[in-house]
Formats: sequence, C-alpha cells, structure tokens
Amino acid sequence: MSRIPSPMSWRKGDDIASRPWRGRIRDYDLFKELTIGVVVVGLLVLGLSAIFSSPDDPGVTLKSWAAAAPSDFVATATAELGGTSGTAGYGPPYNSTPDASQHLGFFNPQELSGVRLPVDTANDFVINPLKTLPTPPAALATWSAATADQQTKWTADYTTALSAAPNGDPARVANGNYGPVPALTSALLGMAASGNLDGVLQNSGQPYNLDYTPTILFLGDGNYFPDLATTAHLTGDQWGVMNETGNTPGQSWLWLFSLLYQIEAYKSSPNADILVVATMLVLSLLLTLLPFIPGLRSIPRKIPVHRLIWKDYYGKR
Amino acid sequence: MSTVKESSPDPEVAGTGAYTWTGKSRQWFLRHLPPDKLLPEDQPSYVATWAYVFGMGAVAGLVFIIGSGVVLSLNGPQWYHVSSLGHFTNSVHLWSVELFFMFMVVHLWIKFWMAAWRGGRLLTWITGMVAFLVSIVTAFTGYLLQTNFDSQWIAFEAKDALNAVGIGAWFNVANLGQIFMWHIMLLPLAVGAVVALHVVMVRAHGVVPPLDAAETDAQLCDSNGTSPEPEANQP
Amino acid sequence: MLELMSQAPSPITPGTYFGWGDVMIQSGNLVVIIAMLVLFVLALVLPFPGGRSRK
Repeated sequence: MSRIPSPMSWRKGDDIASRPWRGRIRDYDLFKELTIGVVVVGLLVLGLSAIFSSPDDPGVTLKSWAAAAPSDFVATATAELGGTSGTAGYGPPYNSTPDASQHLGFFNPQELSGVRLPVDTANDFVINPLKTLPTPPAALATWSAATADQQTKWTADYTTALSAAPNGDPARVANGNYGPVPALTSALLGMAASGNLDGVLQNSGQPYNLDYTPTILFLGDGNYFPDLATTAHLTGDQWGVMNETGNTPGQSWLWLFSLLYQIEAYKSSPNADILVVATMLVLSLLLTLLPFIPGLRSIPRKIPVHRLIWKDYYGKR
Repeated sequence: MSTVKESSPDPEVAGTGAYTWTGKSRQWFLRHLPPDKLLPEDQPSYVATWAYVFGMGAVAGLVFIIGSGVVLSLNGPQWYHVSSLGHFTNSVHLWSVELFFMFMVVHLWIKFWMAAWRGGRLLTWITGMVAFLVSIVTAFTGYLLQTNFDSQWIAFEAKDALNAVGIGAWFNVANLGQIFMWHIMLLPLAVGAVVALHVVMVRAHGVVPPLDAAETDAQLCDSNGTSPEPEANQP
Repeated sequence: MLELMSQAPSPITPGTYFGWGDVMIQSGNLVVIIAMLVLFVLALVLPFPGGRSRK
C-alpha cells in the first residue's frame, strides 16, 4: 500500500523535488560567484569598518568605582561582609543559599550543577584582601573574634545607618555600635582607591589568572556598575541582551530572547531565566525540526511567497 | 585498467578497489558527490533570482570573520585597545559578523518560504539551522572577549540565564581564559565544520525545485523528452 | 548616592533609542533589522541578470 507523501514532506520520493533536475538549465560558475561574493562583501566590510568603526567603552575597575561612587562602594562592601549582597544570596554555582535557585517545576538544574565556583563574599571580597595589606587593620581581629550573630548585627545596623545618612556618605553616619565594620569597609575603600584591590581580588595570589569572576560579581553587587549599564540600555528589562554600547548594532539575532524578558509571565516570574532559556530551546528545536512538523511545514505553501521568489519560473510554465 | 570485461562482483577483479575501507569510502563519496555535483558549471533554469545569493554572501562574510579573527589572534585580545590597526581589525571582525548574520537570516527566511527541505534535503535544513545556532553562541563568546565595559556587563548579566539552566557552573562567562578558548578554538571549529557540511549537502542534493513544479512545465517538458526515471534512494 | 554619581560624567556612550511602550530598540539594531527586511524584499522583486540558458 503506497501512501502519497505530502508535497511539503522532507522525504525522498518519486517526485520532481527528489530527482536530479532534468529540465532546462543555465550556465553557472560557482567560483566566479564566490569571488564576486568575497569582493562585494569585502568592500562592504571595509567600508562599514572605516565609517562606523567599533565601540570600545572602557571597562570599570574597582578603583574607578571607588573614585566615582565611594559611598556605593562602602555600602556594597558592607553587604558582602554581612552576606546580604546579590552574590552572597545567589545560590549555585557560587554558594548554597537555600531556595535561591530557579526551577521548572521539580526540575532544578541550577541546584543539580552544585557549588562548582564557590564564593564566600565576606572572606573572598573583604577579609582576605585586607589581610594582604602591609599593615592589616586591627579591626580584622575584632571581626574574626566575634560570633556570627554579632557580625550580622554590626553589618545590618551599619547598612541601615548608611542608607539613612545623607547621600549614603559613610562620614555622615549617625553614631552607633557598628563594631569593626566601618573600619573594615573604609580600609577596603582605601585599598580599592589605590588600585590595589583590583589586583588582589583578581589574581587570588597566583601570578597568572584569567578568571574575573570575583571582580565581576563584586562590581555587579553595587549600584555604580549596573547604573552605567542602565545608562547604555544594557539591562535585561531594557532589551539590553541584544544591545551594544553607543549606536553600533549588537546581537540583534537575540531579539526574541530579549523580547521574552519584556512580557508578562516571564517578566515577573522568579524563574524568568530558566523559563526564557527553556522557551528558546523549544523554539529553536521546533525551527530545526520544522520539516517534520505537519502544519508548520505547510505554511510556505499556504502563504505563497514562493510565487514571488520563482516568479520567472511560474511565468514561463 | 582491468582487461576483464565481464561484470564480476569481485571488486578486486573489477579493479574498483572497493574491498578496503578506503576504497568503499571513495566509492561512497563519488556516488553521492561526483565532481560535477561538487563543482557544477550549470544549474537548473529556476536558479535565476537574487534569492540565491545570500548563502554565498554569508560564506563570504565568514571568510572575513576568520581572516580578521586570525589577525586578532596573532596579536592577542587587548591589542585593539592600543593600536589603530588593531581597532580597525576589530571593526572588520565586528562588521563581517553583522553582515554574516544578516545574510544568514535572509537566507533562512528565503529557504523557509521555498520549503527547501523537500525531496530528501532534511539534513541540509538541519545543518543550516545548527550553523545558525552555533554561530549565535560563537558571537556571544566574542562579545565577552571585548575586554571592555560591554564585555564586563554581558558577563555579569548573561551568567543568570546560564546558571539557571545549570550550564554556568561549567561555562563561566566571567572566566576570560575559558571563554577565550571557546571563542578562538572550539566554536570556530564547530562553525567551520557545520558550515562545510551544509555546503556539501547543498551540492550533493542540488537546489530544491519550485513548489508545485510539474512535468508539464515548459522548463521540464522541453528537455530531452524522455520521461525521467526515479533515482535510486539515497540516505 | 545617585546625586553623587550624576556629578561625574558617565564614561559610557548611551546611544540613540526608539521606543513604543514596552518596545525599545537601539538605532543600530533597528537599521540592521530594516536592512534585512529590505534585502529580503529586493531579492524577491529585483530582476536577476540572465545568464545563457541551455537545454
């Protein structure tokens, strides 16, 4: 029993699409077309590069952050010390904060991946860098000797006091018992302002290190770095995933990925990231396997754009 | 070369050499991709529209991506911050990527409306899609290698999507050394291989005929006049 | 804190954006998308220079 396959099927059968073409042909020169293509595209590329160049906005360092927004730096350092920053509560792969990971129902790949890039913000970002100073601040000993509860109370109180101070300025904080926290954060600010912290945080004591994870996470926990990104329309709620600084086109092919972050169900979900990635994976798979999908694969026949594409062929039939 | 004329199933006697892996492979390749298919001098009459130039445009874009990428590789990722030639090379790399994607996307749109997977061209469609998806990942790692504000921010922002699906623990966007290797070694190999496979598929299967082409069409029935016989099935 | 930061000139180039409600697009990306649509339409309507045709 033979079934006539749909004309939109990918299957090889006994039809014109499946056989070598036996009709009229025309001259064609593959290498000539390749040469013309390379020349035309080459001229376009050189012309666009000469006219529009490429963007290169300087990166942010802990030094430039400390100089431009010292109060923000101190507030962030306090949060790292107290374990209340974004990174400190991130969950895998940086730490094991409970209930911090995203999931799709019972499926929780973030939790499954485990803590593979451990980050302990208080020690890694604040305490250990301060220990590398020629004369480590005496407040370090006070901090280490205190109980976890005491440490939490000091940082929480100092955080509240900083946000109440005019412009968050540490110099204008109301009097209170903040323990060693003001001394530690101000020592770290000094270290950052001198440019010392960039090196210490990034190289982890090794002569070579190409891993910028600590620096990037610390920068992102503050307001200065994300605010710069907001200025340049680079954040996720600004379609920033597909944008480049300035007016240079960015990754416009990520438009659908960007779009999903702007619409409801995704936008306000605590699992937005995994939902968006899962949706994109499914859609990519659908497009890749389109030839298998009845209905979808028939769209090109129902909306006859092909009549335009091959108008010469249909005109002469 | 053999003087034995009667057909024999013994490949040694027939002189085809097809009793070794090498010989069998050569026969397989020659059957599926004879030289006149690989490097054709003619195409069906319907291959006469601008719709057919975008695939070649994307290949040409890739040539400039690889060329400028090689020059950038010779000098390291930070050269372009300090050298005007380096900055121009960086611009060439960026703009060839933009053109590569533009041509590839228009190519994809056109092949969709042609339903170009018809007649056993499934793998041509799939390798094309895989080339597109792998190119997106490759471009993304390139954005992470700019070693400037944009790359810092992308590293910070993109980690969330990757961490949420559990990939971030192994593919760490803030680890410049790791991303560097992905961008200049692993992913270019993948893009190159998939694009090469795609182009070979296009040549092996030929260009898909128009939808609803019929034996009664002038372009078909004007030819030799013999009714075409079905070709042996190919995998 | 925000006031403090706004005093310093931003080192980042913001670019030009076009927005319609929730839709916001950077000028460079907009040009690229329009260029692709134009290329697509032109490829369908422009006549192709004919080569020699054979049987």
